[in-house]
Amino acid sequence: MSFIIEVSNLTKQFGDLTAVNGISFHVEAGEIFAFLGPNGAGKTTTIKMLTTLLKPTSGVITINGFDSQKDQDSVRSSFGIVFQDPSLDDELTAWENLELHGVLYSVPKELRRKRMEELISIVGLADRKNDFVKHFSGGMKRRLEIARGLLHHPKILFLDEPTIGLDPQTRNHLWSYVTDLNAKEGITVFLTTHYMEEADRIANRIAVIDHGKIVALGSSAELKEKTNTANLEDAFLALTGSAIREEEASAVDNMRIMSRAWGRKR
Amino acid sequence: MNTIAILWLRQLKRYFRSRARILGSLGQPILFLIALGFGFGPVYEKAGGGDYIQFLAPGVICMGILFIAIFSGIEIIWDRQFGFLKETLVAPVSRFRIMLGRTLGGATVATVQGIFVFIISVIAGFRPESLLMVPVALLIMFLIALLFTAIGTALACLLEDMQGFQLIMNFLVMPLFFLSGALFPLDTAPTVLSLIARFDPLSYGVDALRATLLGVAHFGLLLDISILCILTLIFLVVGSKLFARIQI
Repeated sequence: MSFIIEVSNLTKQFGDLTAVNGISFHVEAGEIFAFLGPNGAGKTTTIKMLTTLLKPTSGVITINGFDSQKDQDSVRSSFGIVFQDPSLDDELTAWENLELHGVLYSVPKELRRKRMEELISIVGLADRKNDFVKHFSGGMKRRLEIARGLLHHPKILFLDEPTIGLDPQTRNHLWSYVTDLNAKEGITVFLTTHYMEEADRIANRIAVIDHGKIVALGSSAELKEKTNTANLEDAFLALTGSAIREEEASAVDNMRIMSRAWGRKR
Repeated sequence: MNTIAILWLRQLKRYFRSRARILGSLGQPILFLIALGFGFGPVYEKAGGGDYIQFLAPGVICMGILFIAIFSGIEIIWDRQFGFLKETLVAPVSRFRIMLGRTLGGATVATVQGIFVFIISVIAGFRPESLLMVPVALLIMFLIALLFTAIGTALACLLEDMQGFQLIMNFLVMPLFFLSGALFPLDTAPTVLSLIARFDPLSYGVDALRATLLGVAHFGLLLDISILCILTLIFLVVGSKLFARIQI
């Protein structure tokens, strides 16, 4: 059978630094696949390459049967994504953010409006739809981003650390919604998270990446068995060591600090 | 609605919702009109130059357009910082259309700003020679706006963060304005200065606006419009090439 995501020998170099080093894996259609790794291990770089934001140095990515370099627009229509950082337009309302997404993905008007109504009530924001996103809390923004990511009915949903900074209630709500969607619609979910119990609970298979290489891949039970540990967190530490990783501040982080200093509230 | 139109609309919404930004960016042109227009007016008239407000107004209108246009282009950096750019870059839309939608939106906003300054100039005493030419002047204002939004966009693609913004303001926007002949007549300017003005794209914008609104030109309307059109095309192409290269 063919896989919905196929990655072979994927490498990304930034100058001398090899962020992702020849990884290969595949994800089956309808699977919930977790991608775990310490900070700076290459998770986000991999997701960026899978979602056509970053050009691989070498290697081949096939998404939903399309080559990620040659057939970018088909690949882009195939997935929805919730980024690690918010990517909404704060100066627009919730409804306008959805509308903009729907138009960018060429969802016909009637269908678009119908889905927008549906999704905004599913994520519990129907009564806030005409409010500006800048007045939303972190959790509300996340929920809106999930609604947006699903608006064009993607085959795959990428979730890059979607629960960071959320309270347990919102986290629970989010995961039950995602697993529900996976069960009912058969949507493939590719997620990254730092919360091991989340991955343990919802993922069918888990890949552990470190220093740009996949160090283990299998179900949670298989990883625990392989490392002879009792829970996934211990298995993760056994695989990646317990030294604390450092990530360089990106230009974006520097700008956030500057914009705060300028008093522009976001 | 298509993808270019929705991105155009987004730029308009962002602009019209921020009243502080509209008022804030009108402050500078008003200051120039009052301080320079009324301050230098008598001296200019004594020297035989005629009514300075008449001469100055097209230049100040261009200034209003220039600032907003460059800033609209540069806004890509904000979008990059606050993540919205990613949302557009993962969408199944060609980068060229994204860039075009944004640039047209920014240019429209800058033109509207120019119209506001125009109205303020009229209140301050500016009188166009012929009302029939005002629609032509509006087209020229849009062309100027499009050119400088395209320049701003191209620059924004080269910058990772706002650190370079001050650099652009001080070493690009300010010289573009001050050396363009917006404030002084190029006919009587020292040779070096008028030579420099020849390499300033804004000079042709200011000149075209004076040609339509006052009926006097330094370079001539045809040359002005040709140069503005050619430069706009060049920067749109350069901008879209640079924009297509953006990786996050």
